[in-house]
Amino acid sequence: MTTRRDFLAGAVSAAGAAVTPNVPHGHDPQHEHEHQAVPSDVALRVKALESLLVEKGLVERPALDALIDSYEHKIGPRNGARVVARAWADPAYKQRLLSDANAAIAELGFGGQQGEHMRVVENTAQVHNVVVCTLCSCYPWPVLGLPPVWYKSAPYRSRVVIDPRGVLREFGLEVPEETEVRVWDSTAELRYLVLPERPAGTEHLSEEQLAALVTRDTMIGVAKVSPAQKDAAA
Amino acid sequence: MNGVHDMGGMHGMGPIQADKNEAVFHEVWEGRVLALRRAMAAWRKWNIDVTRHEVELVPPAEYLRLSYYERQFVAFLEMLAKSGLVTREELESGKPAEGSAKAIPALTPEKAAVLIAKGVPASRDVPVTPRFRCGDRVRARNMHPVGHTRLPRYARGKVGMIDRDHGVFVFPDTNAHFLGEKPQHVYSVRFAARELWGQQASARDSVYVDMWDDYLEPA
Repeated sequence: MTTRRDFLAGAVSAAGAAVTPNVPHGHDPQHEHEHQAVPSDVALRVKALESLLVEKGLVERPALDALIDSYEHKIGPRNGARVVARAWADPAYKQRLLSDANAAIAELGFGGQQGEHMRVVENTAQVHNVVVCTLCSCYPWPVLGLPPVWYKSAPYRSRVVIDPRGVLREFGLEVPEETEVRVWDSTAELRYLVLPERPAGTEHLSEEQLAALVTRDTMIGVAKVSPAQKDAAA
Repeated sequence: MNGVHDMGGMHGMGPIQADKNEAVFHEVWEGRVLALRRAMAAWRKWNIDVTRHEVELVPPAEYLRLSYYERQFVAFLEMLAKSGLVTREELESGKPAEGSAKAIPALTPEKAAVLIAKGVPASRDVPVTPRFRCGDRVRARNMHPVGHTRLPRYARGKVGMIDRDHGVFVFPDTNAHFLGEKPQHVYSVRFAARELWGQQASARDSVYVDMWDDYLEPA
């Protein structure tokens, strides 16, 4: 391969920063997390690259800031929760959502990058759906935002196709033996959203109140919606 | 390519570590990497399949050691150099080559908003005859290309059933190597879990894999 480990090292040195060699770290069982091995100079190298690209006139910072702002503040699982709540509240919408997800999601004003080709799969008493991308990290951004670290991690990607019930158990979800589990591997440009089951005892709730029950994990398929869900962020 | 990125069915990766209150970006630089990649893609010197393949080319030990955004970053540096948008000398020094002309950014904030809202569809509105119909029994080809493919190893040689025809899409195996889009049908193919994993799997369960026409043969 190339000398890419040295890329921007000069720039980082020039900026007066200590450059830590980008060498493999030892295995640390305390941090068996994909996030463990951040080279200490990566932030500086990214900064150096950004400066270079700006200086060359290839990018402008306001465009970068706009992209980051969108994914940090505007696009996230609250969008998907609104889609789910509408489907629960309106049977005709649910039918549209299951037959033409793109059009139905666009009715609520959502769509776009990494959600160009959406499909919604419905959880029922008989079928439990769960979504993965074993090859990289494909995920329906317009309705769920950017994926969490665990979704992109080797343990989830490797295991959920071969042992979905074991993985779901790790998330605290015991799927009954008589329920069929369907794993959706996002190998093409289709992006999957799980329509979770509406919990019993929620008949009196408004669409807004229903949306508040729907968490990100229920729309990936690693959790069920609880009628008393408090932690709407997960 | 039979890379470490093709993880479906591997053992030994450990427990899933889900962080309950995870930030969108754990560090500021992660967001900058995402934004820089999006902004530079607007120069159209590569496509989404090229970007995926470049990440797959990160050597296996490094791939597993690096975090998602670190992999994205090292792959991005390669794409910049290979495309000629930035020279390797410039990447090493961090300074534009002397006398090089200054470009006008391809992605403005206005265009960024449009990009996010519209996306980049991979479907193609061209008439292509599907080779299979819903309900057809198919076998995923036992093929091991050294280049890019989206046919996961765990499905190769296995028999499934066409569940749905998604329509015509760009073919990643050629597109990732700038060999053309070769548009063709993509199907949702249902594989019984036991076909893939044997008797240890539940007889009720299944895995749905999206597959291009060129990945399939009649069974």
